[in-house]
Amino acid sequence: MSSVAFARSSTEPAWVLPSRGRVGMISLIAAESAIFTIFVVAYIFYIGKSLSGPMPKDVLETPVSDTICLLSSSLTIHLAVRALRNAKIAMFGVWWFATMALGAIFLVGTGREWQRLIFDRGLTINTNLFGTTYYSLVGLHAFHVTAGLIGLAIVMIFTLLGKVKPEHSERADVFSLYWHFVDAVWVIVFTVVYVIGR
Amino acid sequence: MASETIALGVVDQDRRPISERLHDWVVTVDHKKLGILYILYALLFLVIGGIEATIMRIQLIVPNNHFVSPEVFNRMFTMHGTTMIFFVVMPILFGFGTYLVPLMIGTRDMAFPRLNALSFWLTAFGGLLLYYSFIGGNGLYGAGNAPDVGWFAYAPLTSRAFSRGHSTDFWTLGLLVSGIGTIGTAVNFITTILCMRCPGMTLGKMPLLAWLNLVMAGMVILAVSPLTAAQIMLSIDRYTGGHFFDTQAGGSAVLWMHFFWIFGHPEVYVLVIPAFAFASEIIPVFSRKPIFGYPVMVAATVCIGFVSLSVWAHHMFTVGMSSYANSFFTITTMAVGVPTGIKIFNWIGTMWGGKIQFRAPMLFCIGFLFQFLIAGLTGIMLAASPFNWQLGNSYFVVAHFHYVIVGGILFTLFGAFYYWFPKMSGRMYSETLAKWHFWLFLIGFHLTFDFMHIPGMLGMPRRIYTYEPGRGWDIWNLIVTIGVFFQIAGVVVFVGNLLWSLCKGETAGGDPWDAWTLEWSTTSPPPEYNFATIPVVESRRPLWDIKHPEDPDWKYE
Repeated sequence: MSSVAFARSSTEPAWVLPSRGRVGMISLIAAESAIFTIFVVAYIFYIGKSLSGPMPKDVLETPVSDTICLLSSSLTIHLAVRALRNAKIAMFGVWWFATMALGAIFLVGTGREWQRLIFDRGLTINTNLFGTTYYSLVGLHAFHVTAGLIGLAIVMIFTLLGKVKPEHSERADVFSLYWHFVDAVWVIVFTVVYVIGR
Repeated sequence: MASETIALGVVDQDRRPISERLHDWVVTVDHKKLGILYILYALLFLVIGGIEATIMRIQLIVPNNHFVSPEVFNRMFTMHGTTMIFFVVMPILFGFGTYLVPLMIGTRDMAFPRLNALSFWLTAFGGLLLYYSFIGGNGLYGAGNAPDVGWFAYAPLTSRAFSRGHSTDFWTLGLLVSGIGTIGTAVNFITTILCMRCPGMTLGKMPLLAWLNLVMAGMVILAVSPLTAAQIMLSIDRYTGGHFFDTQAGGSAVLWMHFFWIFGHPEVYVLVIPAFAFASEIIPVFSRKPIFGYPVMVAATVCIGFVSLSVWAHHMFTVGMSSYANSFFTITTMAVGVPTGIKIFNWIGTMWGGKIQFRAPMLFCIGFLFQFLIAGLTGIMLAASPFNWQLGNSYFVVAHFHYVIVGGILFTLFGAFYYWFPKMSGRMYSETLAKWHFWLFLIGFHLTFDFMHIPGMLGMPRRIYTYEPGRGWDIWNLIVTIGVFFQIAGVVVFVGNLLWSLCKGETAGGDPWDAWTLEWSTTSPPPEYNFATIPVVESRRPLWDIKHPEDPDWKYE
């Protein structure tokens, strides 16, 4: 029975299925979105429910420049993938590095904000409900930025070693989906924490 | 490409030392080996979870019993629930799915074989982490204790003040780790089913098992992720002094309930949909008829998937919600019964007028049909919120969900074991022993769970470690516990049958059931590459087309 004959007719149209990388990454993004949704719901539910200070309106400062950096990194990674698809490896490296740099600036910005909140304003994760929800939601996002930066750095190393070829453009594209997701989540986190939450 | 070397590997296998063969199993990325690992791992935990259940039932056999202390009883029901859901039923269903989906859709492995291995080992270590609490739950004292917060771990029981030591941390971390593995498996299932189908297998020609696993994986993505998020929050509360579920700092205990049941109720369907998948493969083959109403079966499954995401708060009727919330969740919960009813109708439609063969897999599926119907009916009763206020948190609820999980899911799982055992092992099981297993387990199941409804209606709450005599509960609890021993006898026969058949069973051949899906077109057990040439299909029953070239299915589909 191992050799049951399945005829393959030559007149059939080519059998095309979706790309594995894309479907896998979209599924992962769906799961991550569900996780973020729960954290965002918890944040919104607890707005104004802290029993003691400091309150968001007293201590939060809108991170405008960091936000601009992170959102523009979506554009640079898109340009990087396009350069790779067109076999412009040097351009790819430049845009990819720009993406990394913008992501790193964002992460440093988050770190500085946390330092200010913790040491100047005395807000830690166990100070009040605002502290708990703020550090966990922003921290969850920062964790995803960090994971993305590690991925970006690995590709950057391969680029510098000359191992990245135009045929890898689909993989870079799949990775860029993740990065776009991290940026999109920031739009929601920003809105919830710095606009609605204050 | 490397078929010669792979074939050599199979021939050489028996001559190599056992350490090397075990090493093969540890480093494997083959979906068939990982599937079997999942199943064996789950069977081990099935025995452990069963022992915990037996301890509880012995404690409750007579009033004022002192078999175990109240503390141990609390640990037993917590560990029993957690183990059975997360480390028995989930891995066993993933095991069958991992083994069968690539074979049924005519491909050589899952889309991401290494992710598959990672997911299995995460699940496995999650289970070990949970059970490590028996040793390390008290931290430095060395004498462990297991978590005793119940399987849904309501706040504030899980706060540092009420749950000292580390047992709850082990519970949280175990579920967090295995949850990440579960999400990985779900990503893998979706990608495999969407991107790896063999030529000709459009979505409308996929075996129902693949379809139902696709829906299940989608639900895992949407349902297990919230649990992961909630476990992260609980860890933040316990480790860093956060206040998510700390009512003294303004946090909400009810929020945990919502987060847990947003996971918890879809989870029931995550478990039952693969069970439906087994029934949808087994019933047609042993009725000698194609499945009745294939498109409706798919539509009903997708419908269950959607509706079940909006029913969670029927677990919280007794918490005290607004009348709008009560009405909404009553209606959605009753609505989910409609697509489920359609499925039962279609399975009966498949059997109607068929030449039914009462082999063990079919017997278990018929048992499933009746029992799942009753489980659904008590579910509709509990969905009515006023009725629920009366019987919520009573043994009636315990009887209801065990009717679903044991009477529904476990019965089809046993059916699936017997149906695919020849494919996985290459040998036939003993039909006589399988029938003994079926009847013993059926009698045990009904003794235990039919009669468990009655003390519930007489007011016996769940999770009490003992009760006063003379409340009318005594005789029912005695019968319930007697049933447990019939179930144990059934499981012993089952395990004995598997072990005996593995060594002494007749050779099965590639297609012992004269079945129609692609896994039966290859040898038993399948070679590592599954198919020498990737098959091309033209209908939902490719093997029927080959066996009956004069009357193929694709003429009618």
